[in-house]
Amino acid sequence: MEKTKELQKVEEQFETFQILDEKGKIVNKEAMPELSDEQLKEMMTRMVYTRIWDQRAISLNRQGRLGFYAPVAGQEASMIGSQFALDKKDWILPGYRDIPQIYYHGLPLHQAFLWSRGHFQGGQVPEGVRIMLPQIIIGAQITQTAGVAMGLKKDKEEQVAVTYTGDGGASQGDFYEGMNFAGAFNLPAVFIVQNNRFAISVPVEQQSAAKTIAQKAVAAGIHGQQVDGMDILAVYAATEEARNRGIEGNGPTMLELMTYRYGPHTMAGDDPTRYRTSEEDDEWEKKDPIVRFRKFLEGKKLWSEEEEEKIVEQAKEDIKAAIKEADGAPKQKVTDLIDITYSDQKPTNLDEQREQYEKKESK
Amino acid sequence: MAQMTMIQAITDAMRNELKNDEKVLVYGEDVGLNGGVFRATDGLQKEFGEERVFDTPLAESGIGGLAHGLSLTGYRSVMELQFFGFVFEAFDSVAGQMARLNYRSGGVYNAPVTIRSPFGGGVKTPEMHADSLEGLMAQTPGLKVVIPSNPYDAKGLLISAIRDNDPVVFLEHMKLYRSFRDEVPEEEYTVPLGKADIKREGTDISIISYGAMVQTSLKAAEKLEKDGISAEVVDLRTVSPLDIETIIESVKKTNRAVVVQEAQKQAGIAATVVAEINDRAILSLEAPVGRVTAPDTIFPFAAAEDTWLPNEKDVAAKVKEIIEF
Ligand SMILES: Cc1ncc(C[n+]2csc(CCOP(=O)(O)OP(=O)(O)O)c2C)c(N)n1
Repeated sequence: MEKTKELQKVEEQFETFQILDEKGKIVNKEAMPELSDEQLKEMMTRMVYTRIWDQRAISLNRQGRLGFYAPVAGQEASMIGSQFALDKKDWILPGYRDIPQIYYHGLPLHQAFLWSRGHFQGGQVPEGVRIMLPQIIIGAQITQTAGVAMGLKKDKEEQVAVTYTGDGGASQGDFYEGMNFAGAFNLPAVFIVQNNRFAISVPVEQQSAAKTIAQKAVAAGIHGQQVDGMDILAVYAATEEARNRGIEGNGPTMLELMTYRYGPHTMAGDDPTRYRTSEEDDEWEKKDPIVRFRKFLEGKKLWSEEEEEKIVEQAKEDIKAAIKEADGAPKQKVTDLIDITYSDQKPTNLDEQREQYEKKESK
Repeated sequence: MAQMTMIQAITDAMRNELKNDEKVLVYGEDVGLNGGVFRATDGLQKEFGEERVFDTPLAESGIGGLAHGLSLTGYRSVMELQFFGFVFEAFDSVAGQMARLNYRSGGVYNAPVTIRSPFGGGVKTPEMHADSLEGLMAQTPGLKVVIPSNPYDAKGLLISAIRDNDPVVFLEHMKLYRSFRDEVPEEEYTVPLGKADIKREGTDISIISYGAMVQTSLKAAEKLEKDGISAEVVDLRTVSPLDIETIIESVKKTNRAVVVQEAQKQAGIAATVVAEINDRAILSLEAPVGRVTAPDTIFPFAAAEDTWLPNEKDVAAKVKEIIEF
């Protein structure tokens, strides 16, 4: 397709924002966020932890000890960096892959595992933790985010609602509806697209004729920005700025984070070699968010091999303990599920069905 | 007591709840300044302000998602879908998302959303405006589906729906909006969800119906009385969950039943009602349960509407057939 001058002009405005390059060098000093050494180390710790968790989850899944799992390796900077810029009282409305963000926002790890196994206790978000459950319907969380953001605004809370989707999700009508609502009502919402280049097998080039996803914000009249999603500092800075924009009453933001998923789409039989080349994988692994941040931290004498080793061990132990805790959850009963289908008044015919299942379960 | 049309009673219910609970919000397309295309929200924006009663962009899925998100922050939404034929645009929000919110969160979150919408035939609307889609909704556990047949019930049921902590689809038959008035108290009162009502007592047959067809059934019952047939008219009021007890009690008393709905035979609620009667009262029956419904076609273009829709003659004829079985 030949792009008109007008369209070219729009597309040229969306350059990738980066702070830390692939060699771990700061290339955009003015944009460097204010972060203490402790915070920088914490970000690294979380990325390492998430990588280990991902490896363990994949192997647990293969052993049949976990249910549904969507790998996250490669996307740590996007996930960790954006959540790290949030306040605990901000809301997160995640997609199915965004478990690390909700874990760091307060969902206990064993509950994340229970959710993965399809146990309803996995969804029982602890009081005060402001997250929604991972959304399976692609796009649904985006319109819901406008609603949460409207609630926050009405309550005069200086918080934002943040949601995540993928490059495929950005093709959904709900993606536009959610952004458009947030723009029209000037809501404190942040829409994050983790552009990992593939929606299962379909490359982003086949999702849309738009050169960037960020430019889709223009149609909704809101700020859009493309960010290097393998650069945790850039992700952090862009999210922090988006958050500030929201709480200062300057409306919603859409961020396109350029990233890559190393593993399969989910553990349910996806084989990425059917739609990706190993050269492409290698190319992206050179941009690895952990490697580059490690270099940066080592340059500042904030990181060492021993330190990382300790975190790896800790992560393994925590995961083991969380799995054990998840294993200890009571067996899921159909009668429990009948009890939670309605929040108050239960229909009389359900009472009857409950009796049937009580009998079945007591056998 | 005031005389009100159903639309006035509906407005009154919303006014009552906007006053009663500051977390109640009313929104949708054209509901603000314009007061809704049927004027159901007339004057509410003026009275309660744009923060509580407002227009949204034209996007049903967006409206549904907004309601869902507002639930998470403690708001109680009364969202209007301009016509229920447009529910497909919001189907995921209503049937896929809100209906399962309590379940998927193990009881932590819930969606106190009322989805108000006009529907129903006989008023010659364009395509996709009149369709009876209550059956689709009623097949979704977690959703309640309410269809009032008169102004008094409409007000009491709508107040109950707004106060309910789960999503309630509240369907308003367009033909009933202004066709007659009822005594409706100006003060607040509720009509419970999930409870059917005997609109007319009888001993020979139970006519079980909902929405506008209740009025049709009542007219048929009057006619039948002249022929010496005493028909009881049961108004379901809530079509999901069904008030099975009232249905069965009535059938056990009259030993015969006809279920009347405006929806096509394969749609609506009638089939479920028949199945419940089979399960629970088959030995009380003197004849098979009859059904009066529209035929299994797409809702017709306006010119064929009058013949397509069931009417009181159809109901009376079916009743006689069942009585003479
Ligand atoms: C409405 C809907 N359609 C289709 C699917 C099936 N599906 C699950 S994930 C996926 C691809 C999503 O890709 P993307 O949005 O890029 O996110 P990513 O998985 O890459 O993070 C598809 C098609 C779904 N879950 N929901």
